[in-house]
Amino acid sequence: MVTVEDYVARIEETCGENKSAIVTLKYDKKSEAIDKILKKAKLKKSLSGIIFELEFQGISFRVFSSGKIIFTGVKNKEVLHDLLNTLLL
Amino acid sequence: MEHHSNIVPWEMISKIIGFAIKYAKVKEDGTLDYADLENKISGKTKLVSLSHVSNVSGVINDVKRIAKVAHEHGALICVDGAQSVPHMPVDVRDMDADFLAFSGHKMLGPTGIGALYGKKHLLETMTPFQGGGEMIKNVVFNKKTERCSIDWNSPPWKFEAGTPNICGSVALMEAIKYLDAIGMSEILEYEKTLTEYAMKTMQNCCTKLLLYGTRDPSLKCGIMPFGIAGLSSHDIALFLDNYGIMIRSGFHCAQPLHQIFKLQSSARASFYIYNTRKEIDCFTEVVKEIERF
Repeated sequence: MVTVEDYVARIEETCGENKSAIVTLKYDKKSEAIDKILKKAKLKKSLSGIIFELEFQGISFRVFSSGKIIFTGVKNKEVLHDLLNTLLL
Repeated sequence: MEHHSNIVPWEMISKIIGFAIKYAKVKEDGTLDYADLENKISGKTKLVSLSHVSNVSGVINDVKRIAKVAHEHGALICVDGAQSVPHMPVDVRDMDADFLAFSGHKMLGPTGIGALYGKKHLLETMTPFQGGGEMIKNVVFNKKTERCSIDWNSPPWKFEAGTPNICGSVALMEAIKYLDAIGMSEILEYEKTLTEYAMKTMQNCCTKLLLYGTRDPSLKCGIMPFGIAGLSSHDIALFLDNYGIMIRSGFHCAQPLHQIFKLQSSARASFYIYNTRKEIDCFTEVVKEIERF
C-alpha cells in the first residue's frame, strides 16, 4: 500500500512565530509527486517552472521543482499529514 | 545582536548558579549601542560576552573599546569570534580579550571542532569542566583514606579530557595555514569589495529588494541580510537553490536581532574568498527573476 512516506523524505519546521513547514520530497519520487500535486491543487501563479503557488482546501502553499514544498500556517503535523495524504495518494 | 550560542548557555548557567544577565541594546540598523553597553557595565559585572562580528548583519563590534571599559570595572571579556576569525585579522592581545572562541566550519575547516583562547593566568586558576584522560598530572590512590587524590594538568590539557578530535584538529590546522598563506587582511579587503559590489548592484537592479541592517560597508564584513517584498526568506533560498546558489534563510540562530529588525526571518548572502563578482552578477539576475513572482 502506498503511503505519504513513500514520497516524503522529511518534514522540517522553521522556527519563529509564523512557523512554516518545509516538506522535502524523496529525490526519485519528486517528479511523480509534483505532477500529482499540480493535478489536484489549483495553480495561482508560477515562475520559470521553478516555483508554483497553489491552493488546496483553502490552504496556499508553494512547490519548488527541486522537490521542496513550503506550507505556511498549517495548524499542526496531523493536519499537514492529512493534506499530504490527499494530495499525494 | 548575539547568536543563540552566546545567549542560551548563559541563560542555562544563570539558572544553576544564580547570576543576573543584562543585555545591551542594538540600534535599528543592527549596530551596537555602545553607550548603553558601557552604562550597563559596573563594578558588579563579572563578564562581558559579545560577538566580534554579527553572523546576521556582518556588523563589526569594537571589541577593544568594550574590553577597555570591562577591564576598568574589573570584569573579564569573552569574545565570540566565529564570524570574525575566518574573515579578518584578529589579534587577541591587541584587543585585550580574556577569552575568544571560534569554530572550524566557518573557516574552510571541518564541523565539530573549534578553539577557545584564554589568557594563560586565567586558565591556570580555572578548574576543569570535564574529567577523563590527559587532563590530570597524577591520580594517586591513598591507602589510608581509600580515595584518589588528583592534580590537574597544565592548560590547555587541563581542559582537553579524553581522546581528542584528532582528525578534526589536523584538518582545522590545515585550514588555518591555508587562510594564513592568503593573508587575513587580504581576505577582509576582498570580502568588503564583494559586499560593497553586491549591495550596489542589487540596489541598482532590484526593485523589491529590502536590505537589512547598516548599509555602511566600513562597519561590516562580507554578509548581506536581505529580503524581497512579498516573499519569505525560504522562498528566496529555495528559488536560488535551483540555480546552484546557496544562501541561508531563517533566523540564523539569532532570533532577538530579528525582533529588532521586526522580521520573521531573513535571507542572508555571505561572501568568502572563493566568490567572484561574476557570481554576484549571476545572483543578482536570479533575484531580479524571482521579483517577478
